[in-house]
Amino acid sequence: MEHKNWYGFSKGVWMDEINVRDFIQANYTEYQGDGKFLEGPTPRTEALMKKLNTLFTLERQYGGVLDIDTATVSSLTSYSPGYIDKENELIVGMQTNRPLKRGVNPFGGIRMARQACEAYGYKLSDKIEEEFRFRTTHNDGVFRAYTDEMRQARKCHVITGLPDAYGRGRIIGDYRRVALYGVDRLIEEKKKDKKKLAEGAFATEQIRQSEEIHQQIVFLGFLKEMALMYGYDISQPAGNAREAIQWTYFAYLGAIKEQNGAAMSLGRVSTFFDIYIERDIANGILTEKGAQELMDDFVMKLRIARHLRTPEYNELFGGDPMWITEAVGGIGEDGRTLVTKNCFRMLNTLYTLGCSPEPNLTVLWSTSLPRPFKEFCAKVSADTDSIQYENDDLMRPIYGDDYAIACCVSAMKLGKQMQLFGARCNLAKLLLIALNGGYDTTSGLHIGPQMPVLNIEKLDYDIVMKRFDIYIKWLSHLYVNTMNVIHYMHDKYACEKIQMALHDSSVERFMAFGIAGLSVVADSLSAIKFANVRPIKDENGFITDFETIGEFPKYGNDDDRVDLIAKDMTHRMITELRKTPAYRNAVHTLSVLTITSNVMYGKNTGATPDGRPAGAPFAPGANPMHNREENGALASLNSVAKISYDDCRDGISNTFSVTPDALGRTEEERISNLVSILDGYFTKKAHHININVMNRELLMKAYENPEAYPNLTIRVSGYAVNFNKLSREQQREVISRTFHKSI
Amino acid sequence: MTGAVHSIQSLGAVDGPGVRFVVFMQGCNLRCGCCHNPDTWEMNSGATYTAEDIVTRVKRYKEYFGKEGGITISGGEPLLQADFVREVFELCHENGINTCLDTSGCILNSRIKSLLSETDRVLLDIKYTNDELYRKYVGCNLSAPLEFLEYLNEQGIKTTIRQVIIPTLNDDKENILELRNIAQRFSCIDKIELLPFHKICTEKYEKMMIEFPFAHISEPTDEKMNELRSYL
Repeated sequence: MEHKNWYGFSKGVWMDEINVRDFIQANYTEYQGDGKFLEGPTPRTEALMKKLNTLFTLERQYGGVLDIDTATVSSLTSYSPGYIDKENELIVGMQTNRPLKRGVNPFGGIRMARQACEAYGYKLSDKIEEEFRFRTTHNDGVFRAYTDEMRQARKCHVITGLPDAYGRGRIIGDYRRVALYGVDRLIEEKKKDKKKLAEGAFATEQIRQSEEIHQQIVFLGFLKEMALMYGYDISQPAGNAREAIQWTYFAYLGAIKEQNGAAMSLGRVSTFFDIYIERDIANGILTEKGAQELMDDFVMKLRIARHLRTPEYNELFGGDPMWITEAVGGIGEDGRTLVTKNCFRMLNTLYTLGCSPEPNLTVLWSTSLPRPFKEFCAKVSADTDSIQYENDDLMRPIYGDDYAIACCVSAMKLGKQMQLFGARCNLAKLLLIALNGGYDTTSGLHIGPQMPVLNIEKLDYDIVMKRFDIYIKWLSHLYVNTMNVIHYMHDKYACEKIQMALHDSSVERFMAFGIAGLSVVADSLSAIKFANVRPIKDENGFITDFETIGEFPKYGNDDDRVDLIAKDMTHRMITELRKTPAYRNAVHTLSVLTITSNVMYGKNTGATPDGRPAGAPFAPGANPMHNREENGALASLNSVAKISYDDCRDGISNTFSVTPDALGRTEEERISNLVSILDGYFTKKAHHININVMNRELLMKAYENPEAYPNLTIRVSGYAVNFNKLSREQQREVISRTFHKSI
Repeated sequence: MTGAVHSIQSLGAVDGPGVRFVVFMQGCNLRCGCCHNPDTWEMNSGATYTAEDIVTRVKRYKEYFGKEGGITISGGEPLLQADFVREVFELCHENGINTCLDTSGCILNSRIKSLLSETDRVLLDIKYTNDELYRKYVGCNLSAPLEFLEYLNEQGIKTTIRQVIIPTLNDDKENILELRNIAQRFSCIDKIELLPFHKICTEKYEKMMIEFPFAHISEPTDEKMNELRSYL
């Protein structure tokens, strides 16, 4: 099949089947040079960005939410078109009819929508309340099926943050398909898939798929309608760079109008767009300035994407994030770099538009990336603290060269794999429950296998581990089953139509489990093994505190005695989780990632044997506990690098803060040293790192005087936030983290 | 052979080229007024390491060193444990790790010459260009580091000259010009680093209940540092 809008493109199987990867491989131009070609913002861009900055200030002054449309249920065509400045926008489309006005999305759960409105002084309209009175939401379904034990585990926060009251997210539609093929072709292919389904056995799974594909086709129709409201016909392939960006953005916009998933990631669009930009530049219809302008306008749209959340939600996922994660760079399976000029342009938006947490720019790092690109990334990190790095050399052998990152660290093949998000369980709390024989001292609930409180004067490592194992087994089984309920109901009542329409009909699923408190557990077990830990009981005979005497090795110092305990914990967890089958034959994966929930998890956890007091925050993700690192930054990185990606296929997050002085004396030295650190860390098979190059003093000033630092962006745990959007508690935790300094 | 080590820093980005693993040796024969590590002075303390211990640890960081990085041994004064440091450097060389020595260069003897034969680069402190200040605030003659430098030059060992800029003592143009003059006489010198005097060590002195000799001197401004650097 050919299409006139594909003029000049190299032919390939991508023309006959939906295969964006093949199109990219056949057509992209790798770029080995530096960033000198880049252009700054045009006056048009600056004027538009100025308008947005004014709106951002207003939003902040209004307590974080500028406006809510409480009378309309968010969907693809439910709002009239919205603009920032219609005459001057190159890329159009808005979630509601006005920038930063939030829509209501009750499909995940009406209660959450209602509470979110109330939290900001609004009231969900009677009309919506009425509409949903007789409608089952995802949340209703889940709670109908939950067992008592599941409710209890949720209540005592041993598993928390589960997507049972809002959209699950972490699914990336291959939004590029709309640009490359146009919607009509996608509908045609889906119709073929649906027809094929009935050729074999037509039982539960096939019938369900058949209904799902039907819905996808209907929503692809809505997507066309939505674009028409803005004056664009997207039934055919995009004919130039501007259209390619616009079509792709419409597809993404459709997804975020339909779904309020926790993480609504973008995928890997930069190099795809580069092909269209190169063609337009070669044909003399686009200049470098114009290309940057298009990217700037696109990124501005991403920066105003919003979902309506409750304050409780913000405790877990601080900073109002959308995780519009865009993966940049990487190497192809044939050894050519996937870095193009447009990867530079994407990163350059942090200069043309100023720093920002969104989109969540993620560099797929390979030691084989071109040196000038590595240096450019390091410079952007040092200047903006806005990007993260993930190990392409580790992921490429597993996911190929057209994968992307959902949320923070979750890799998946675009359009071919999806994940069923499962938040995380609290391992440190589980250890305490085990010691207390099935009693949680924080909530006062009896949960899990019931047995006597561990009655020994000095905690013995082998005895503790034996008991801990019993509870790990119990929790793993419960955790998988709970997730099965959640995702069964999400598929049934709030299934993703647009996002799944932009996947192959036959898709591979991951079920993504997570753990919090890894470093606390590793250090606690190390204390039990190498020091003397005496449990202290309360008047009811439950262990509520510990007296720890003597030295013990601490995770974060490149000391195998404790680092291997941490590695072993992740291995035990995933091994146990795999024993309970996951819904729809999903593959079990595990992450060590906390977002900002390390604060909340800590708050709900009693004192631990490592000396952490009751209620104190955990370290984020796979980070060592702050200020326990005694051998400097690289020792800390080596400890984290020991956690195996084979056990944690859903990602291992590490957030690294270093002062500029500790990286070198000149900018050139700092850039070159940062490149060396990244090369070294990833050669050690580490998975992920957030880089902040800053002084603690800056954060303290921003804590005291937020108005003076409206745009201060920092990486926290797999994503970046505007520092001012964190809660005071979250801000204090970020300030208390280790900053690696020169000595 | 064992050595007395004050501390280890796995990420050193300011003590020699590239990313470096830095070992601070325990013990110093000098008492420089600007010293920011008074806790490294004492001879008979610190942790005991064998040379193999150190190299086993350094090897775990090889991946981070890139083309330029490696190990830096600083102090204290590493020359006081020259045999030990030589053994560490020799083992590093066997493992393809670049070696760098951060020293005052105040002693030179056959054992130190043997250490220098395993040293890829020396970071040499020329604390002042004035003999009187040397005797008053360092405790040796200016001729000592200059002789050391002479030897480095003969051996062709790459050298970075470092000087801490201490307002009122050496923050003048004449001093910098003299430093430049020295650098021009020795072809082994390929870099001069002027480092601002810092007072973050005040707390350390207080804790150790030692008087900080330069407590009354202020830190140089960035403008001053840039001005002095412009004379190089």
